[in-house]
Amino acid sequence: MSDAAPAVVGRTAGSTTAHATTRAVTRHEAAPYASPYLAGVGIGLVLLLSFVLMGRGLGASGAFSSVVTAAVNGAAPTHAANNGFYARYLGDGAGSPLQDWLVFEIIGVVIGGLLSAALAGRIRWTTERGPAITNNHRLVNAFIGGAVMGIGARLARGCTSGLGLTGGATLSVGSWLFVIAAFAGAYAAAPFLRKAWR
Amino acid sequence: MAPFYEFGRFGDSASLVVAVLLGIAFGWFLERGGMGNARKLAGQFYFTDLSVLKLMFSAILTAMLGLFWLSWAGLLDLSRVYVPETFVAPQLVGGLIFGVGFATGGLCPGTSCVAAATGRRDGIALVLGMLAGVFVFGEAFPFIETFAESTARGAWTLPDAFGLSHGTVIGMIVAAALGAFAGAEWLERRAERPAAPPEPAR
Repeated sequence: MSDAAPAVVGRTAGSTTAHATTRAVTRHEAAPYASPYLAGVGIGLVLLLSFVLMGRGLGASGAFSSVVTAAVNGAAPTHAANNGFYARYLGDGAGSPLQDWLVFEIIGVVIGGLLSAALAGRIRWTTERGPAITNNHRLVNAFIGGAVMGIGARLARGCTSGLGLTGGATLSVGSWLFVIAAFAGAYAAAPFLRKAWR
Repeated sequence: MAPFYEFGRFGDSASLVVAVLLGIAFGWFLERGGMGNARKLAGQFYFTDLSVLKLMFSAILTAMLGLFWLSWAGLLDLSRVYVPETFVAPQLVGGLIFGVGFATGGLCPGTSCVAAATGRRDGIALVLGMLAGVFVFGEAFPFIETFAESTARGAWTLPDAFGLSHGTVIGMIVAAALGAFAGAEWLERRAERPAAPPEPAR
């Protein structure tokens, strides 16, 4: 994995213990990731705390909608007000669409991710990609994937956080339908994207 | 009695501080679990690394059981907890579209923020793509509004849909999750096994 393979300073060619050698001479070695079960229980407790404190769960894609709505509203306020989608995020128009719970939560996600990665030595200016494609190809794929997800998440009114986790835990029918459909879509697309990842 | 915000125990400004703090903890655990790494996430779709499934199901089980017990103990009013609304057709179609984007981009909206925050250029590209996609959806909304608002079922829950008790549905989800964990471990062991016998040492 790329998390254990930065800046290698010299590898003994043909050695049967190449892997061990590589690890030993790697500078700034990143700590291994936590067990996904433990990290999952951690996120579950954060989600539960959110229910207890706020009466609502976690989310992510809604913050993107607020940012886009704020930009559209800044550039063309009448256009935004006349659009049923932007109007949802404009609310009563008293404050900026950026004064939104999910926007603040996502600012926290950025800080928390940064803190965790910094303490584990995992901050790295790099591009995560499969070995068979170039960095630029990966960046184009990421942008297109993001755009497609943005459309899907808005149509479904949520993503893997707001529907998957929050709706999953509150037993929302639509959320479970979304998660099943999302994994079906991903597994259907994966064979065509093999070159990008393997 | 929880939820505290719903019962007016703190106001809107404090709720935004709570949002940042919960977000920090959310981002922390996402990063700890390797969810800021697109290659690790993509392993989910090739049956080599099923961390996404394990993490998501562990989180859902924890929060679901916690809600159930707190409500049973009379500490939390479940009717004041927001249940994401159901729109059957838009969520099925939106889910399929989302999944194709997920496999293409390798990160979801939340994890892309972690990836971007930790220096992953692909995370930044995906965040920009998300913003572009939401903008395209917003501009197209007047034309697809009828479909996007269709098959609305409100706060519809699995116990309502199946006519089963809350406890029964929770038991079924716990059983399904344990089965999924066992399947995930088996798939990962299978993926680790070398395809051909290793070469003899030279």
